[in-house]
Amino acid sequence: MGRFILRRLVAMIAVLFAISVVTFSIFNVIPNGDPALRLAGRNQSPDQISAIRRTWGFDKPLYVQYAKTMEKVFTGDLISYANQVDVDREIIQDVPRTFSLAIGAALMWMAFAVAIGLYTAVKAGQFSDRFLTVLALIGISMPVFWIGALMNYYLGFKWKIFPNGGYVPLTENPIDWAYHMILPWTALSLLFIGVYSRVLRSNVLDTINDDYVRTARAKGLSERQVLIRHVLRNSLIPIVTLWGLDFAAVIGGGAILTEKVFDLQGVGQYAADSVGQLDIPPVLAIVMFGAFFVVLLNTVVDIVYAALDPRIRLS
Amino acid sequence: MATEPATELTFGDPGVLAAEDARDRVAGLGPWRLALRRLKRNKVALAFGALFVLIVLLCLAAPLYADHVAHTDPFKNHLTDQINVGGKLTDVVAPDGIPIGPTWHGRFFLGADGNGRDIAVRLLYGGRTSLLIGAGAAIGTILLSILLGTIAGYFRGWPDTIVSRSLDILWAFPPLLLGLALGTALALGGLKIGPISIAGDSKLIPILIISVVQVPYMARPLRGQVLALREKEFVEAARSQGASSLQIMFSEILPNLVSTIVVFFPLMVVNAIGLEAALSFLGAGVRPPNPSWGTILGEGISRIVTAPHQTIVPGLMLVLTVLSLNVFGDGVRDAFDPRAKVRVDR
Repeated sequence: MGRFILRRLVAMIAVLFAISVVTFSIFNVIPNGDPALRLAGRNQSPDQISAIRRTWGFDKPLYVQYAKTMEKVFTGDLISYANQVDVDREIIQDVPRTFSLAIGAALMWMAFAVAIGLYTAVKAGQFSDRFLTVLALIGISMPVFWIGALMNYYLGFKWKIFPNGGYVPLTENPIDWAYHMILPWTALSLLFIGVYSRVLRSNVLDTINDDYVRTARAKGLSERQVLIRHVLRNSLIPIVTLWGLDFAAVIGGGAILTEKVFDLQGVGQYAADSVGQLDIPPVLAIVMFGAFFVVLLNTVVDIVYAALDPRIRLS
Repeated sequence: MATEPATELTFGDPGVLAAEDARDRVAGLGPWRLALRRLKRNKVALAFGALFVLIVLLCLAAPLYADHVAHTDPFKNHLTDQINVGGKLTDVVAPDGIPIGPTWHGRFFLGADGNGRDIAVRLLYGGRTSLLIGAGAAIGTILLSILLGTIAGYFRGWPDTIVSRSLDILWAFPPLLLGLALGTALALGGLKIGPISIAGDSKLIPILIISVVQVPYMARPLRGQVLALREKEFVEAARSQGASSLQIMFSEILPNLVSTIVVFFPLMVVNAIGLEAALSFLGAGVRPPNPSWGTILGEGISRIVTAPHQTIVPGLMLVLTVLSLNVFGDGVRDAFDPRAKVRVDR
């Protein structure tokens, strides 16, 4: 087991290294990616451009630039090309917002998905099942930025039921924090509620006729006890795996659209704005940050699986 | 409980279709005939498939609608025009900048946007772009995935290591960020690979980007399937008859991947359409003033306070398209393999 974990950790570092190289290359190898030209703006003299090139170190070979930039990512000295702001400080400011969104939404979609998935499985084939199935499919089919914008406009701006954007730190006022986050949480959750409740429903239907469930019924457990203690427990395993991976994906850039629509100023929005300005340092740092969570949770899921099922370790 | 009789709404209950097959005598039917039979029975999936075809036909008919009904084109401004609504002359765009809402008549059927352009016309033309990008990117993803999956799964060893590790990297990349980065970088300078050069505002750029971003989700399952297929007796038989690797790949392996590809295709198109909309919304997909559902929606959201219809209408169109393809794709999947659990991450 120790060797398995070590192997996974080494693979994880290798993937992160490769991702940093790819991100760096996208902006440097691709035509018109010269950062000096962008920093100089339009209609600049060649002298100015070469001066910029020298002060920022763009005249050095690419691998030296890469090493320098990566060193700064880890020491926290990374400076944005676009507005000369300290990138790490900016990210640290944005992190609580992104985490507020991701954690709250993840809890919300899991709770609703379990409730709806279990209910539709029990009522399989009846009207309520079909109705909720249609709703789930609509939820899956809605672009998050569209439903988010509509919610923000109607519920926030026009009818003033919820605040129209904005963010209150949790430490400042927990109730206000939740009140401001309800709309973003809901918008982000809809898709996942749809997907998860459908997966859970089919998992429950697959296990509900298994022998061990029949045994549980035969020994006199009530239907509720059978469902919660035996059926749900086994049906939840694949969902929890998905949950870990999707949570990582939301932190690692999946929340860009939601943050942008509700103007939450989170990490994803910072990344999107920086990409728009072709500002490499923040993009590099945020991609590393996001990929770190994706790779970390993938590794954790693998390790947990291997701990549960020794056969996986061998392959 | 799991084997309710199939009624008008079978969104793929596991077991329902299999039970029906057990009841009818289907022994001896090939997998394609069997799948077609099951799909024909799934009326909901067929209805939504028909809805999708209708949307495609409407979008294809965009020039007809523009010329003969709306009398305009997707780029023409009518900022200073007035039209007759219910016997009253109305500004297309009011002096305070608020565009006209849906008139439910030939001209400005769904209203105008902030530049006085006909939304219905732009929507149909935008649909052509979005659907083209969706289908193009899905085909691109599939071709790339077949190539990578077959090479990795068939040859194993170092080709497999290279392909699988590259897919790992691509997979760990936040997909939206990768698309955004590629989109922004390529939109500036276009793409030049040797003699091929693509302009920055070409539709090929979003197609290429989305194809690449989606590859891991398809190449990984295909690789697994090829790994299993290469050990089968019929592959061994072909090998012992002296068939080359290339022959085996084309005549023995590829035909066995087709049903997986058919199942994945609608879901890939759905994801590609969604990604196009998201990228265009963020300004890294289709370049305005070219219409696509994403750009129209993006323009709409930025003006939602003055003209909410500009957001609602393109969004509904997108939802309807994605929904119809989702339900139809679900039906196709159930028809091929009632117990399959295909899930395409997004």
